[in-house]
Amino acid sequence: MGLTAVARGHKPRRHRLASLYDRWTFLTIALALLVAGPLVALPASFVTAPGALADFSALLPGAAQATVVLLLGVGAGTLVLGTGLAALIAFCEFPGRRWLEWGLVLPLAMPGYVFTLFALGLSDRLGWSWLDVRSTAGATAVFTLVLYPYVYLLARSAFLAQGGDLLEAARGLGLSRGRAIVKVAIPLARPAIVGGVALALMESLADFGTVNLLGLQTFTNAIYKVWYGAFDRDAALQLGTLLVSVTLTLLLLERLMRGRARYAGGGSPARAPEPVRLRGVAAVAAVAGPLALIGLVVLAPLAQLSVWSAQAIGNGTLAPEFATAARNSLLLAGMSIALVLGAAVLLAYGRRSGRPSRVSREAVGLATIGYGLPGSVVAVAVIVPLGWIDHRLDDVAGVGLLLTGTVIALFAAYVVRFLALAFQSVDSGLARVPRSLDEAARGLGSDRIDVLARVHVPLISTALLTGALLVFTEVMKELPATLLLRPLGGDTLAIAVWRATSESLYETAAMPALLIVLVGLLPVALLIRLSRRVPQR
Amino acid sequence: MSVRLEGVEKSFGATRAVAGVDLEMPPGELVAILGPSGCGKTTLLRLIAGFEAPDAGRIVVDGETVAEAGGAFTAPEHRRIGMVFQDYALFPHLRVRANVAFGLARRSREQRESLTRRTLELVGLQHKADRYPHELSGGERQRVALARALAPEPALVLLDEPFSSLDATLRGDLRREVELILREAGATALLVTHDQEEALALADRLAVMREGRLVQVARPEEVYARPSGRWTAQFVGDVNVLSGIARGGGVETELGTVTLAAPAQGPVHVAVRPEQLELRRGHGTNAEVTAREFRGHDVLYRLRHEAGRTLIVQLPSLELFEVGTQVFVRPVEQAVAPVVD
Repeated sequence: MGLTAVARGHKPRRHRLASLYDRWTFLTIALALLVAGPLVALPASFVTAPGALADFSALLPGAAQATVVLLLGVGAGTLVLGTGLAALIAFCEFPGRRWLEWGLVLPLAMPGYVFTLFALGLSDRLGWSWLDVRSTAGATAVFTLVLYPYVYLLARSAFLAQGGDLLEAARGLGLSRGRAIVKVAIPLARPAIVGGVALALMESLADFGTVNLLGLQTFTNAIYKVWYGAFDRDAALQLGTLLVSVTLTLLLLERLMRGRARYAGGGSPARAPEPVRLRGVAAVAAVAGPLALIGLVVLAPLAQLSVWSAQAIGNGTLAPEFATAARNSLLLAGMSIALVLGAAVLLAYGRRSGRPSRVSREAVGLATIGYGLPGSVVAVAVIVPLGWIDHRLDDVAGVGLLLTGTVIALFAAYVVRFLALAFQSVDSGLARVPRSLDEAARGLGSDRIDVLARVHVPLISTALLTGALLVFTEVMKELPATLLLRPLGGDTLAIAVWRATSESLYETAAMPALLIVLVGLLPVALLIRLSRRVPQR
Repeated sequence: MSVRLEGVEKSFGATRAVAGVDLEMPPGELVAILGPSGCGKTTLLRLIAGFEAPDAGRIVVDGETVAEAGGAFTAPEHRRIGMVFQDYALFPHLRVRANVAFGLARRSREQRESLTRRTLELVGLQHKADRYPHELSGGERQRVALARALAPEPALVLLDEPFSSLDATLRGDLRREVELILREAGATALLVTHDQEEALALADRLAVMREGRLVQVARPEEVYARPSGRWTAQFVGDVNVLSGIARGGGVETELGTVTLAAPAQGPVHVAVRPEQLELRRGHGTNAEVTAREFRGHDVLYRLRHEAGRTLIVQLPSLELFEVGTQVFVRPVEQAVAPVVD
């Protein structure tokens, strides 16, 4: 058969050798600079306006003190609660354990400010004045309750990965089971535990809603005050820089610890430790404790928010802006998916298609630096270059402020803030596609874009969906950046919750809050579903 | 010429993976590049395919320069080269039919369908067209990969260690099958392998590669009978290297006189294949059997010669010698040996 009767196709396109690997690398670098560029504005503000912070120097000691006290409290709280629960779930067996194992992850869906709304509502409406939520202790409790899952998740998987051999070896050396856990299992899981605590601390540092509603004068709150109260951009930038340096320290700690955790967990798949079977009172306590926790952090707020929502609908106090806010939230979150996920795909695929070079690795590191940066800091950082461009444009064309006053600034902030999140999903998906598939497709006449569309996108669709879901819910929940950058009158659900709560209109706040929590449950459910595929004990 | 390589070089850092390679392939030829792992053969393949760019030299496919150091570079998708990967690289989300049709996206619908059908028939998988790759056996995946590479009617097919991920029993059958398919398609094919048996059995010509260079390019029987040097002789099959004094058409060795492949004079080393030696009992002895590897159709003996040298002898399994037997070893009458250095 005449397969050699060659049908001549198109004329081969030629280009310079240098462009063979570099076109996508350039794209990656450009994207990285675009994303990370605004962050330069943070330290630069110390050079351009050295004295800006002087006017607000009275704020500093208070902000530093409040932040440090909060960090210490939340660190201790999540450490104890998260590790304790992880040890209980990983080393004990009792009725209902398998349900609680995943139920304990649910608080991840509860944004701090929504739980604050619930707690404030309880103390104000029910007259539980002893429940002094508006205090450092109150804020510490709120953060601990909604952030412990970070520690719990990481510690639990570290415990399960250790396997039973080491524990049995320790017991063979004469330690009781409890002592063996304290002496061997927990120290071994230390990298994971510290990593989890660092994540929780970063979240509480980045938080604005909770501390603002509870009247805590931390850094994020100070930035908001300086920005909105005094309109002092440079001072806000400098405060942001101080906050970022703390965040970066925590980020570094987390990466360091995670690196070591990977090293420590590199052995063969571990045989699970033989569980301690709890009976009687111990079993009841083991079920009741976590159940009470889930009830307090998830179930009770959901019930109370539902009641308040019903009341608000009944007596007509549901704000008329609610529909607009819901629409705005959905639009913003939906469009962010396309934007952030698109950028993440470009970044991940751009790094993949060239040879793995130092340059593209650094570019990715740069582009994903926004992860963990407080939304308020990202907002003030993004506004500087956009404002500069805006004024130049206005000078030239007289078009007014195109970027800073519109959703464009908001989207820019979302990309900076959430790119890392989407990138992680996409990149882990791409990592599972062998490179020979790329080359096979290239050899069959596909260019890079075509390979992406016909090979990668179908193969990583699950990872793309995960990334989309994460971006969607994070944007729905996002408060500080949205608050600082939104165009006039463009309230979102998160802003509606915050505004109504700060005015003690708990019934009005309930409905949008309920929506945020319900949407937030989606990725948590996905996380649980995906994790469950891994065989348990 | 379907393919012409001129002085192609490629380095990675300080390593010269390909150190000046020249090769020409007329249309329809099947060439095997044979070399130990790390000799640069896979890099050479990737240079031709367009996944690497040469540091020096020129690559011409079907009369068109596709890569020239510091000059033209045609992207892999425009080279009209089909490649079969070691792990087959089948698209797991596509059925067999869609895998084979992948490279035909720009053709008309009728052309796409007829080429896909014909190629599937060629590899004998038309009845599995609606399966997914994970539902196929290793050999079937191999054939799908081949069909996918052949379907766009490429100027050249590259095969990277195509049989290495199959188990030994399948390998022989599939090798014959792949050869038949390539010949029936009239394809020009370049195959990379480290398996000398595979290369000898399959190729029209053999290119032996060592440390980035082609040390010999010739027909398989030529490479086997007249290796270009001691290394090639030893890499392509088992060999006994004997020293001796050449006198024109013959060489005097410690085992007796052997005919030379080409006339020579003076002290030389010659390569004598194991099957070019024979054993005799009872006419006096000059060696002892030290090991025996029974392989069914033949037997491989290891001997210690009285001069101290270890010899390998391959004989049909008609007559067996026990380990420890004293024997007389000598070259067979028709033995012709090449000088190797």
